[in-house]
Amino acid sequence: MSFQKFIRSAMSPWMNQEGPDSDIVLSSRVRLARNIENISFPTIMSNEEALAVLNTFEESFSQRVFDGLGTFVLLKMNELQPIQKRVLVEKHLISPYLMEESALGGCLLSENEEVSIMINEEDHIRIQCLFPGLQLKEALKMAMNLDDWIEEKVDYAFDEHRGYLTSCPTNVGTGLRASVMMHLPGLVLTQQINQIIPAINQLGLVVRGRYGEGSEAIGNIFQISNQITLGKSEDDIVDDLIGVVGQLIAQERAARDALYKTNPHHLEDRVYRSYGTLKYSRIIPSKEAIQCLSDVRLGIDLGIIQNVPRSVLNELMILIQPGFLQQYSGGVLRPNERDIRRATLIRERLQLERKQREDDEQ
Amino acid sequence: MICQECHERPATFHFTKIINGEKTEVHICEKCAQEKSDVFIFNMNPGFSINNLLSGLLNMDSAISSQGQNVFKKNQVIQCEKCNMTFDQFTKIGKFGCSHCYKTFYHQITPILKRVHGGNTTHGGKVPKRTGGSIHLKKRLKMLKQELQELIAKEEFERAAQVRDEIRSIEAKINGRNERGV
Repeated sequence: MSFQKFIRSAMSPWMNQEGPDSDIVLSSRVRLARNIENISFPTIMSNEEALAVLNTFEESFSQRVFDGLGTFVLLKMNELQPIQKRVLVEKHLISPYLMEESALGGCLLSENEEVSIMINEEDHIRIQCLFPGLQLKEALKMAMNLDDWIEEKVDYAFDEHRGYLTSCPTNVGTGLRASVMMHLPGLVLTQQINQIIPAINQLGLVVRGRYGEGSEAIGNIFQISNQITLGKSEDDIVDDLIGVVGQLIAQERAARDALYKTNPHHLEDRVYRSYGTLKYSRIIPSKEAIQCLSDVRLGIDLGIIQNVPRSVLNELMILIQPGFLQQYSGGVLRPNERDIRRATLIRERLQLERKQREDDEQ
Repeated sequence: MICQECHERPATFHFTKIINGEKTEVHICEKCAQEKSDVFIFNMNPGFSINNLLSGLLNMDSAISSQGQNVFKKNQVIQCEKCNMTFDQFTKIGKFGCSHCYKTFYHQITPILKRVHGGNTTHGGKVPKRTGGSIHLKKRLKMLKQELQELIAKEEFERAAQVRDEIRSIEAKINGRNERGV
């Protein structure tokens, strides 16, 4: 595979557009959990039942066109290679659970990869819509339309009092999990994040570091999502989340401004050191790479670095993960080999950007 | 630091209890914390999965109820007639076996739902178009009745009469469904 083709494969077409507030909100996601009436939940279902569900989707939805999204394609987990599945996980198109636990699972994918419908995951059906920037309402609308589209052919497990019935009681009711991925280096550097996270948790929302364990958030990327799925309407759940996200955006912008104004040399030094590391290092572990990418991204947002487009960083965040690195190398890599490969990949990608710019200038 | 309960193992769980303004610090080991799980259940270490936490909540419920007077209840096995899952199994894995489990364990899960969903136990969102049955009509009816009251209060009688007619036609539809057993 050529380098150009490889990097294109990392980016789902939807990622190439910039959404609103995309300097801080990387992406918005809405997920709906649904089950089919009179079939056991995937936790205990038989292989025959799992196959029946998969076949229903193959017959009714695969190769079918949905307005505005084009044709859907069904990927079956048992027909994919382990590295292919990993790549899907790293692009957030399937969950690690589907990759590991569900041999008879599937994924119905839209052409632009904006929509992925997982089959036989923890629930029979999980509709997921991904949008760039802060576009939760748009994602919810899309998910609702797809929900109606599926309901034309499938009888949902629904109860008047409990709502949509899900395998785990934490999802029952709306089955809706709305989340945003936010880059919050300003709030981390000013240490405000330590007060903000407990406050957000009290509002029935969950904050999690995107990378790293527990409360540690490598690369200053946080995922914020609703905890409560029962009792509130879908619109209210999304509105509540948007309200909090809006405040976080305002506070993050203020923190960035304050940091840059009070100590510009300090911040510039941090940004350029990280940029240098990415440009010249020969061995780079993923933790360090993610941290450096965060610094450079902040540098771009503040206008310190001007000739690197933000999209290159989005791309690299995905490319440097183990699955993609191994797919590019065409085989399994040991961790130390990955670190070398990762450094090469980042260098080549940044050079490609410079070359393209020079070509454009000529 | 040594566990203040058993004085044997190192204390890995540290809590501050404040009761009526009186502050006490507790330092205990994991084993003693588990034994006292009714007190410390919400202070689990990060990385603990939601299902573990959930089954923690559920076990806590059964621990409380078995301490009560209804000892016979403890031995009564509740089992889903559709998928054969017992309540015991559910508390272990934190997931239901089928949609019928929600009916089978209706009373047991109400307090759990309250805790997980900020006090809510009843769905307030979307209703499926086809399988939702008469729920759509009932919802619409509730909305129209409210609108009717508002219109009467505002003395917009012409519009109120239209709304009243619509209410009647929806009521007739719902009754029709009930008679047909839909």
